[in-house]
Amino acid sequence: MPVTPMNNRKLIWSEGKVVPVVSIILFIVIIWYGFSVVLNAPWEYDKAKRSSITLSKVELISNTWSQKRPKLPTPHQVTKEIWDTTVNKKVTSKRSLVYHGLITFYETIYGFVFGTCLGILLAIGIVYNRATAMSVMPWIITSQTIPILAIAPMIVVALGSAGFSGLMPIAIISMYLSFFPVVVGMVKGLKSPDQLEIDQMKTWSASKFQVLHKLRAPRSMPYFFTSLKLGMAASLVGAIVGELPSGGGGGLGFRMLSGSTFGNTLHIWSGLFSAAILAGTLIAIIGVIQKIVLKRMSLEM
Amino acid sequence: MYFWAAIIFWILAWLVNIWISHQKESRLLSLFPPVLFGVSIIFIWESCVVTFNVSPVILPPPSAIYVKFMSSIPILWEDFVQTAIKGALSGYLIGCVAAFIVSLIADKFNFLERGLLPIGNFLAAMPIIGIAPILVMWYGYGWQSKAAVVAVMVFFPILVNTVQGLKMSDQIHRDLMQTYNASYLQTMMKLRLSTAMPFIFNGLKICTTLALIGAIVAEFFGSPIRGMGFRISTEAPRFALDMVWAEITVAAMAGSLFYGGVVLLEKWITFWHPSQRGKT
Repeated sequence: MPVTPMNNRKLIWSEGKVVPVVSIILFIVIIWYGFSVVLNAPWEYDKAKRSSITLSKVELISNTWSQKRPKLPTPHQVTKEIWDTTVNKKVTSKRSLVYHGLITFYETIYGFVFGTCLGILLAIGIVYNRATAMSVMPWIITSQTIPILAIAPMIVVALGSAGFSGLMPIAIISMYLSFFPVVVGMVKGLKSPDQLEIDQMKTWSASKFQVLHKLRAPRSMPYFFTSLKLGMAASLVGAIVGELPSGGGGGLGFRMLSGSTFGNTLHIWSGLFSAAILAGTLIAIIGVIQKIVLKRMSLEM
Repeated sequence: MYFWAAIIFWILAWLVNIWISHQKESRLLSLFPPVLFGVSIIFIWESCVVTFNVSPVILPPPSAIYVKFMSSIPILWEDFVQTAIKGALSGYLIGCVAAFIVSLIADKFNFLERGLLPIGNFLAAMPIIGIAPILVMWYGYGWQSKAAVVAVMVFFPILVNTVQGLKMSDQIHRDLMQTYNASYLQTMMKLRLSTAMPFIFNGLKICTTLALIGAIVAEFFGSPIRGMGFRISTEAPRFALDMVWAEITVAAMAGSLFYGGVVLLEKWITFWHPSQRGKT
């Protein structure tokens, strides 16, 4: 069907994603502004009552959108807070979101790298050794039904008293969360070549290592990248929660906790959004690498 | 002495596992390797703590945890009810029902689906746990705020999985339903929900763990004087690690029970699916 301007416009409504996504985001933003009026109004009424002035509707709304410590800050307040604390503050300052974001970033990356290595090793063990598969696999699954984040404070405290402090304890928590998607994905990926191909390798008298290196590993790449994305997201959650009990160390989780302790909602919201931006960026980077690698391997799906 | 005994036990257990792995597959035998592996880990843990004189502040031995566990069952039960039942389970149910309803609506309106799916996918990968402090501030320190955190956390994974699952029925089957003059409800119940079930259960299973994590972590931001998260965050700084580990044992059991329950439900509902057939 030729795309004329007429049915091109129709196309936007019946296919494509941009228009629906943007309109839903707009819808959310409008609701958000509405809710911040509703949630922040009682405080304004209270204030007006105490100084015995009556507020007009317009005053009320504009006041609720510019409180210093609102119950629900508006999107523009959050944006301004993020802008102020990233661009207008020195990076080394403890008030800078970049400072906290970098701490969380390092924890996430360390945990992610360790977790990925551990996950790959375990997956190779599981694929190549039946005894490992039978005895370890159920425990790996059980390990994830344990809300491991609950242990986070304890790991931080225990490792702290054993002389490890700073990034390491939190990276370990991130690792614990991020290895699981990698194991599951890689076991699936390494097992994805079918029997015919493995037999073919055998007729070439390929060693076990060669089968892994030349057949199983390349075949597992699509699974690998999908697991990496999941692992990265899990790792960031681990880092943020790990920071909660560490106290004073800094990081986005710490920033949110201190915001919650002192009732500074803007800090919570800006921390939350920076965490989301960080997660989105990291996952997008993996996505780009995935595209390039899979294209070069002509495995693109 | 203890240490070497544990190591020898471990090696023996491993040999048994290797022997079992060469036997013909059977349900009973396949239970042994994980159990042996777990028991040998506990043995090694205990013996390491005893041999190397590890301070109980860093790692208490399993025996001490067991003693503490048995002696504080009433407290643990109270915490379990507060966090797992009131917080996690009710939030899980609310979140699942809400996500299910929204995905039915999204499925009905194509425009909404195309908008919601990318946003849902994006948000499912976000550290949603970060809203915990905000919701605790809004809904107070009681279990309601924990349920709210859990509901938001489980919402997006279930939404994404359900919407995807609802698309799984073949066009030819839907056409067949139409030739039968089936109503929307009939098509849903008899065809589309059934084919969606494996996907929905995938989401439900992922979310069991998320629910417990959400409820526990939300308690770090404020809670009444009971609850698993509260207990952990107050006992850990006092170095009462045996209590913390007892609480973790409860969490592990609750998590496994929760997960197991959903798996049983899945077996019962999707008995027809290839992944369930053949392993009775």
